[in-house]
Amino acid sequence: MTEVVSSVLLVTGGLLALLSAVGLHRFRDAIARSHAAGKAAPLGATFVAVAASLQIAELDSTFKMVVALALLLITFPTGVHMVVRAAYRSGTELNQEIEVDELGDALRALDDEGG
Amino acid sequence: MFEVALTIYFATLAVAATLAIARIVVAESIPDRILGLDLLVVISLMGIAGDATRRDGDVFLDVLVVTSLIGFLATVAVARFIERRGSR
Repeated sequence: MTEVVSSVLLVTGGLLALLSAVGLHRFRDAIARSHAAGKAAPLGATFVAVAASLQIAELDSTFKMVVALALLLITFPTGVHMVVRAAYRSGTELNQEIEVDELGDALRALDDEGG
Repeated sequence: MFEVALTIYFATLAVAATLAIARIVVAESIPDRILGLDLLVVISLMGIAGDATRRDGDVFLDVLVVTSLIGFLATVAVARFIERRGSR
């Protein structure tokens, strides 16, 4: 029973990683691609960590897995967010269909205040 | 049962890593390459976790912790570089 559950979780995590890699090719600009990389991959890693903890079934290994997963879930979206912010501020090319740019409006308002 | 699942899982990870490397090679800006490299780090972590189940998890779980922290450090460093130099 445990074996069935961990097998299903493992294959699901692998498929989520594959979806994330396909999304890196399919979206239209860098900021949209960051959603594919930054959301699906941590979820897949979570599934794989749960499956590995179920399969190994020792307290030491489970604790190490929880620590590694917590670090990944904190740091990976933070890193992706920093990359996207740097890309926006350095003027990477956006998709032409985007009409609403609230961050650009806010930055320009700050510049007009002389802040 | 679980061995079959491990085989399918490693094959899937290999395809995903190939796609990420292709994204790194054919990219139009530096942020795209960093996203591909970040995804490659996560895929490596998932592969290490799958391999740890085969070895009943000894030292390789420590490697998981260290690798995720090093990947975060590299990402932040390159993000700083882009903010200063532009994303060409």
